[in-house]
Amino acid sequence: MEKFIQLISTAVPLETENVDTDQIIPARFLKATDKLGFGDNVFRDWRFHKDGSVNESFPLNQSIYGGSILVAGNNFGCGSSREHAAWALAGYGFKVIVSSFFADIFKGNALNNGVLPIQVSEVFLKDLLGEIQADPSLEISIDLENQYISYSNKKEAFEIDAYKKVCLINGYDDIDFLISKKDKINAFEATQ
Amino acid sequence: MGKTLFDKVWDAHVVDVIENGPQILYIDKHLIHEVTSPQAFNELESRRIPVARPDKIVATADHNTPTLNQHLPLKDELSRNQLEQLTKNCAKNKITLYGLGHENNGIVHVIAPELGFTQPGMTMVCGDSHTSTHGAFGTIAFGIGTSQVAQVFASQCLLLEKPKSLRVNVNGKLAKGVLPKDVILYIISKLGTNSGTGYFCEYAGNVFEEMSMEGRMTVCNMSIEMGARGGMIAPDETTFEYVKGREFAPKGAAFDQKVAEWKTLPTDADAIFDQEYSINAEDIGPMITYGTNPGMGIKITENIPELKDASFEKSLAYMNFNKGESLIHKAINYVFIGSCTNSRIEDFRIAAAFVKGKKKAHNITAWLVPGSQKVAKQIEAEGLKAIFEMAGFTLRQPGCSACLAMNDDKIPEGEYCVSTSNRNFEGRQGQGARTILASPLVAAATAIEGRIVDITKYIN
Repeated sequence: MEKFIQLISTAVPLETENVDTDQIIPARFLKATDKLGFGDNVFRDWRFHKDGSVNESFPLNQSIYGGSILVAGNNFGCGSSREHAAWALAGYGFKVIVSSFFADIFKGNALNNGVLPIQVSEVFLKDLLGEIQADPSLEISIDLENQYISYSNKKEAFEIDAYKKVCLINGYDDIDFLISKKDKINAFEATQ
Repeated sequence: MGKTLFDKVWDAHVVDVIENGPQILYIDKHLIHEVTSPQAFNELESRRIPVARPDKIVATADHNTPTLNQHLPLKDELSRNQLEQLTKNCAKNKITLYGLGHENNGIVHVIAPELGFTQPGMTMVCGDSHTSTHGAFGTIAFGIGTSQVAQVFASQCLLLEKPKSLRVNVNGKLAKGVLPKDVILYIISKLGTNSGTGYFCEYAGNVFEEMSMEGRMTVCNMSIEMGARGGMIAPDETTFEYVKGREFAPKGAAFDQKVAEWKTLPTDADAIFDQEYSINAEDIGPMITYGTNPGMGIKITENIPELKDASFEKSLAYMNFNKGESLIHKAINYVFIGSCTNSRIEDFRIAAAFVKGKKKAHNITAWLVPGSQKVAKQIEAEGLKAIFEMAGFTLRQPGCSACLAMNDDKIPEGEYCVSTSNRNFEGRQGQGARTILASPLVAAATAIEGRIVDITKYIN
């Protein structure tokens, strides 16, 4: 996994609330047996009309917006456990998702793929969405080490599990860690 | 302070606690299917890590399998490839697979309980968010991502933070025609789609105590639709009776010993939950959804609420419904009875009892999809198949089918489908399809009438 320490980028605003993983990656694209290519189909049915034409009003299709941060409405990533949603967002180029609330499984999936979900207050989110819409060139700064997100003269601290933070900063994953605990796991199994 | 059912099961599975970090939780049973496992197998193979406990894994093919002509080779190349990968991966790693056509094949959350793999007090996971279904047995069961599937393959454990505890109590007497599906749709409509996020939920009260195992599974299945990782119901005589004699359940003295252990699992009287809600059973009616998340539900006799909110309005626009309108008399062309929520024998008994002696409406295309080969056989053995056929319905072969439309069972663009499944997200049942979630009773009535009817008048 790629290491994550700091990021300064512009962002794409997606105000919609309760974005479920079926929207992030529709089920008909889940037939692959590897993790590649999902980025091409991220938000497929919101980015394109049924006839294949581009939906110009969808923020990802608006050339004024870009960058590796997605700023989304409340309760992002609810629904299906499909990790393909995290692969699709990562594949498209997002490294950070900002929202006022994340669904549990999505949050874990994102972290396991080097995508940082940052939970901010409703007030901060609303202001940030407005600022990006007013000025799409707005740069947002993410400091994982010190756990804050900032833009213009505004700043908010965010929470992250201490263990997950170490994983992201060092590019580790849970498999290495669990295998290092093999003796304890074997001892537990012996008691069963 | 006393312990909750969840605490008791969780604490018995903690291998280690990381300082300022997660806990290592041991997993008793790992269910896998074709869609969320291939990348996990690839991950292990590329890192040359063996599967730690293949004996604790059970595989089935369900998500993208056809529900017609399962004996023929799959037409869709990508689906066929996924199934071939699953077969290869299971053979290579000595994992039990109930593939297409096998007598134990079916939807993962239907077959594991009916084969006796699901037992009280266990920890169970699957790369599928509806794994919460198994909580009906007093099991900690929850959905995981593919990275976690790989972690369980590698170590039979997961790194997790212990979730907070939530209890939803429903007491009183349910009205006639109010089914377990209505109970959970009502709960979600009142508490909201993210009310359970960060929590593991216990359902308690006489309503759940009096429910069949099938009903409890329907309730626990949809825990994820209010954001909860899982839902649980305390095991009792109904649970033990269901598990007893199943193929992979303990037998004889071993079973009796297990029952003695399971009896210690229910929440202690003095246990305290982080959050608790109480609902009167009398307030619940037959439910129906009008929007694009499962929390957007109303009693079938109610009108769509009038809210001023951009996401709410976007949702109504997608459904082509108006604020304040009633859904009764709305013409419907598609009905789906199936999915891990409502494809068990009891669901087909309810539907059959309603359609008996009636005829399917001409405008209706109905897909009746049993959850497993065993359910399909039982439908036939109980004479339900004949009842459905007399009424103009045909049964299809088991699988997830139109719940997520990964196979050919797709609802056409713009059409409404009254569905017994669990999600009414945009495009869930096909691009542009509009899903209305309901119980098998409401679905059956819609199929007979060709429109939504006030079921409360119908049955009284």
